[in-house]
Amino acid sequence: MAKMNMIEAIRSALDVLMDKDPNVVILGQDVGYFGGVFRCTDGLQRKYGEHRVIDAPISEGGIIGAAIGMGVNGLRPVAEIQFADYIYPGFDQIVSELARLRYRTCGEFFSPVTIRTPCGGGIRGGQTHSQSPEAIFAHISGIRTVMPSNPYDAKGLLISSIESDDPVVFFEPKRLYNGPFDGDPDKPAISWVSHPKGEVPEGYYTVPLDTAEIIKTGEELTIVTYGTLVHVAQAAADAVGVDAEIIDVRSLAPLDVKTLVDSVNKTGRCLVAHEATRFGGYGGELVARIQKECFYSLQAPIGRVAGWDTPYPHAFEWQYFPGKKRLINAINKMMEAA
Amino acid sequence: MATPKRRRKAAKPADTPVEDLLSYYREMLLIRRFEEKAGQMYGMGLIGGFCHLYIGQEAVVVGMEHAIGPDDAVITSYRDHGHMLARGMDPKGVMAELTGRSGGYSKGKGGSMHMFSIEKRFYGGNGIVGAQVPLGAGLAFAFKYREEPHVCLTYFGEGAANQGQVYESFNIASLWKLPVVFVIENNRYAMGTSIERATAGTALYRRGDAFGIPGMEVDGMDVVAVKAAGDEAVAHCRSGKGPILMEMKTYRYRGHSMSDPAKYRTRDEVQDVRARRDPIDQLRLRLIDNKDAEESVFKEIDREIKAIVAEAVEFAQNSPEPDPSELYTDVLVDA
Ligand SMILES: Cc1ncc(C[n+]2csc(CCOP(=O)(O)OP(=O)(O)O)c2C)c(N)n1
Ligand SMILES: [Mg+2]
Repeated sequence: MAKMNMIEAIRSALDVLMDKDPNVVILGQDVGYFGGVFRCTDGLQRKYGEHRVIDAPISEGGIIGAAIGMGVNGLRPVAEIQFADYIYPGFDQIVSELARLRYRTCGEFFSPVTIRTPCGGGIRGGQTHSQSPEAIFAHISGIRTVMPSNPYDAKGLLISSIESDDPVVFFEPKRLYNGPFDGDPDKPAISWVSHPKGEVPEGYYTVPLDTAEIIKTGEELTIVTYGTLVHVAQAAADAVGVDAEIIDVRSLAPLDVKTLVDSVNKTGRCLVAHEATRFGGYGGELVARIQKECFYSLQAPIGRVAGWDTPYPHAFEWQYFPGKKRLINAINKMMEAA
Repeated sequence: MATPKRRRKAAKPADTPVEDLLSYYREMLLIRRFEEKAGQMYGMGLIGGFCHLYIGQEAVVVGMEHAIGPDDAVITSYRDHGHMLARGMDPKGVMAELTGRSGGYSKGKGGSMHMFSIEKRFYGGNGIVGAQVPLGAGLAFAFKYREEPHVCLTYFGEGAANQGQVYESFNIASLWKLPVVFVIENNRYAMGTSIERATAGTALYRRGDAFGIPGMEVDGMDVVAVKAAGDEAVAHCRSGKGPILMEMKTYRYRGHSMSDPAKYRTRDEVQDVRARRDPIDQLRLRLIDNKDAEESVFKEIDREIKAIVAEAVEFAQNSPEPDPSELYTDVLVDA
C-alpha cells in the first residue's frame, strides 16, 4: 500500500475516477495549469487535458451554477471552491438549484455535483480563510455534507461522493492536509507517513457515505467529533488518561445516528466537539439526537466544545481554536459529574 | 450620458511641478520599502498568515491619491498595504496589524487583509474577491444622497473583474449616476492564472460599455499618467455624470501571497518589466534626465524612508499582543 498525505489521497481519488469515467470533469480556480493552491489537482490537467480539468475565472456563482448544468446534462462535475470562505457567492445556486432539483422534478432530474472545499483554521488565515461553515450546508435538505479526517477516508469518501448521484459538499480540513494535527501548534508538525490512516490503496476503493467511524473503542466516555478535532480529541483523551471511545462522524448529513447512540448507551457519557462556532452549530443537532435516544443511559449532561461565537480572529488563533486544553477541561468536568 | 469610449491620457511630465514629482517618488518608495520589509518579516516568522505585497504597482495608488482629496473614500481588496500608505495612514499601525498586535489598525484582529480607517476614509481591506465593489457603489450613493461633492475610488483586480457582483455594481452605479471611480488594477495575474486563461475579452476598460460607463486605459506604471487620468476621471464623477472605469495596466513583481511556487510565469518576464517599466526607476530617471533633481535629493529621501520603515518595524514588534478579552468585543454593539 502507498503512503499518502491527504492532498495526495484526494488527488489519487480524482485520478482514479477521471481514468474510470470520462464524464468526470474538474473545474475551479487555479485547478489546471497551476495544480490547485493546495496542489490537490497537480498534474491532472497535463494527464487528462484542458477540456477535463478546467481553469475557471473567479466566479463562484458561475462555477457552481455551471457545474449544476453540466451535471443535469450527463456529466459528473467536481467543482473546487478554493477556500470554504469563498463559497458564499455560489450559495444561492447550492440552496435553490442544486439541493432542490431532484425534489422538484420528482426524481426526473438530478445533478451529481461534488463541491470540494478546504475549511477550518490553524493557518492564521483570519476571518476570511479559516471558517468551518459545515452546519450551514448540513441544514439544507437535498445535499450531502461530508468531512474526512484522514487520507484513507478522504480518498474513499471522495470516490463515493463523486460516484453518488446526490450532490455532495465535501469539506477538507486544511490543517490536516499534511499531517494529523493534535492541536498543539508548538510541537513540530507530524506527517501522515507513520499514521495508519496514511496508508492508502493506490487504486479504486470506496468508504461508504452515511457511516460514522469508531476511531478508537473505549468504555468511559464517548467523544463525537469530526474533522481536525478528531485528532485533538484523541490527544486530549490520552492526556487525561480516560478510556474514551472516539467517533468520527465524517458523514454529517445524512447522519449515522445508530453508531453514536450505541456508543453513548454503552459509555453513558458524551462529549461533542467541533471547530465551528457553537451557537446554531452542528453540535446542537448531535446533542439533540443523542439526548433523545440515550436519555436514560446518560450519567452526565452531554458536553459541548466548539469555537467561540465570534468571527475567526487573526491575532488569537490558538485562543480561538478549541484545542487540547479546552477538551481536557471538558473531559475532566464530564468525568467528575456523578 | 458620456459615450463610452476609449480614452488615453498622454503623460505630460512637463506640466507637473518638480515638488509634486518628488512627492510621488517619496510615496512610491515608502510603499516599496515597507513591502520589502514586510516580506522579510514574514520570512522571519514575525508576520503570519496571508500577506499580499504591492511591489510593482505603487504608481497606481500614488497617482490616484493625488487626484482625490481627504474627504473622498477609498475601498479595495486584500492587496491593501499600498492603498493605506498612499492614503496617509500610519505605517506603524499598518505594520502592527501585520504582526497581529494591539497597536494595529484592527487591534491585530484583522491582519493584512482587513484594515480600516474612518479618519482617512479608508473602507478596507476586503478578503473576499470582488466583494468590495458593490460596497464602493454604496459609499458613493451616500455621498450623492447627502449632496456632498465626494467620490469613492473602488479598486479591484483583473481577476475580480470576473465576479458577477461587479456587473451588478456597474449597472446600479450607472443607473443611479453614482460618483464612483472603478479602478481595475490589471497586474496580469490572479494567483497563478494569467488574464488570458480566465478572461474572455481582455480589454477590461471596455467592460462598462454596455452600462454606459466610459472607460480609460492607463499605463499604471507611470505615476504621472495615472495622476492625469485620475484627474479626468474624478472630474467626471464630481460633475454628476455618474461612474467611470479605469483599467490600470500594471504588474506584480512578487508572488500572489507569501507562498507562491511562481511556476506560472518566467523569471525573464518579471525581470523585463522591472528593467523597463518600474514606476520608481522611471520617475527617478525622468527627474535626473531633466536635471530636476540631483543624486543627493534621492539619497535624502532614501534615508527618510528608511527611518519611517524602521520605526514601523520597531513599533510592530514592541506593541503588545492584544488582550484575549478583545476576542469578544465588536461582534455586535458592545454593552
Ligand atoms: C470569492 C473569492 N474567491 C477566491 C478567492 C481566492 N483568491 C484570493 S486572491 C485571488 C486572485 C485575485 O486576483 P486579482 O483580482 O487579479 O487581484 P490580485 O491578487 O492580482 O491583486 C483569488 C482567486 C477569494 N479570496 N475570494
Ligand atoms: Mg491580478
